[in-house]
Amino acid sequence: MSDAGLVTEKLPADPVEVAPEHDLMSKFDALIAERQALIDTGVTDPFAIVMEQVKSPTEAVIAGKDTILLGTYNYMGMTFDADVIQAGKDALDQFGSGTNGSRMLNGTFRDHIEVEDALRDFYDVSGAIVFSTGYMANLGMISTLAGKGEYVILDADSHASIYDGCKQGNAEIVRFRHNDVADLDKRLGRLPKDAGKLVILEGVYSMLGDIAPLKEMVAVAKKHGAMVLSDEAHSMGFYGPNGRGVYEDQGCEADVDFIIGTFSKSVGTVGGFCVSNHPKFEAIRLACRPYIFTASLPPSVVATAATSIRKLKHAHKKRAQLWDNARSLHGGLKALGFQLGTENPDSAIIAIILDDQERAVAMWQALLDGGLYVNMARPPATPAGTFLLRCSLCAEHTPAQIATVLKMFEAAGRSLGVIG
Amino acid sequence: MSDRQAIYDTVTAQIEPFNKKGVTLSDATTFQGDLEWDSLTVMDFVAAIEDEFEIIITMNMQAEIETVGQLVDAVAKLKG
Repeated sequence: MSDAGLVTEKLPADPVEVAPEHDLMSKFDALIAERQALIDTGVTDPFAIVMEQVKSPTEAVIAGKDTILLGTYNYMGMTFDADVIQAGKDALDQFGSGTNGSRMLNGTFRDHIEVEDALRDFYDVSGAIVFSTGYMANLGMISTLAGKGEYVILDADSHASIYDGCKQGNAEIVRFRHNDVADLDKRLGRLPKDAGKLVILEGVYSMLGDIAPLKEMVAVAKKHGAMVLSDEAHSMGFYGPNGRGVYEDQGCEADVDFIIGTFSKSVGTVGGFCVSNHPKFEAIRLACRPYIFTASLPPSVVATAATSIRKLKHAHKKRAQLWDNARSLHGGLKALGFQLGTENPDSAIIAIILDDQERAVAMWQALLDGGLYVNMARPPATPAGTFLLRCSLCAEHTPAQIATVLKMFEAAGRSLGVIG
Repeated sequence: MSDRQAIYDTVTAQIEPFNKKGVTLSDATTFQGDLEWDSLTVMDFVAAIEDEFEIIITMNMQAEIETVGQLVDAVAKLKG
């Protein structure tokens, strides 16, 4: 009789170490060392900021200090809107805190339908599908629309979610130079005439805040028989007569087949969506894995989104204020001598270009210590290996706040020798 | 001169402006390891090759190409 089962099993006192070549985490050693080197210089880690309190769309407490927020995507300042908050509270009371299921099964509640109706009204389209995040909207739409043997043609500076959507699908992927109409034309011309093609564009490119020449690009795409998807994440609410985005502003509504958007920017909560007039659009719900195999948004989130979208449709005053703020900040920074991502205030994002990481971090730290939060961005997120301090404006920023912000930039820029 | 040799000569001529380290080129030269190109350089170089031969090298194909020889073979196939 064996007594093996009676011997108490023990973990070895000295566990065998995983050999470096077998430790899957070893590949991150360079990344860990780079981050440590940055922190060892004594700066606050730019990628570990905590907002201890949020007082309004433009003010928070960071490390115990009152701080102006100039690096969120809260363009229309809807996060503290009384109607939006009330809608969320009511939904929490009536429907509970979560859905516990996929949209396809038990995860569709009244307000998921309501927010899709609000989107149809806002965009004046026949179809709207809500995803759990904007990232998943791109992931799902791109990987589902373009199949094997078909082509996705994307701008080289596309957002990570667009690249990841390409990777998740089975289509052939072709890049063209950022915002280069002639390059897009040339590359489309070399593809097989009979193959299905999807050209992916963005209204506003979020790193530098530059806008796409959508009218020309959409015309080229149509000339080659391609369908067009435009990501309008950073333009919703304040471009075009109805605030639909850059594509509306440039008059391409009839030729853009799919619009991708998000609730996490102008709408002020979280979630993503695609809208379209395509007669077969609803079929996406039956085929799109990032739509099917994940939990739907909580009822409070879709209720706040629906209320916010309906208010955004008529938010003409906020729109005007946001553009005023963008012009003031852009003009002020330019006059101070900073190198900016765009010649004109084309969007609500204003990027200050710096040559190296040390200077970017020092400037960012000086601003934070003075009570101003901006985004720091570095390669590979940024184009052409640049380091950026990115400011994004809110309709709720006051002229007094913009004046304060400009003083802070002037002081930090001069003391660090970024401006003369 | 064979077609492959002609393509090899054109490809290596296109590499030169990006060959900052002055690496001696052969079929076995790798873009990432030997030439130490970053993703931006790769993008510019691929665009130059595409325009030179009037072809499209999709990102799916680029992922499979590691050496100069593999690129030459891919160009030959795409031109064919």
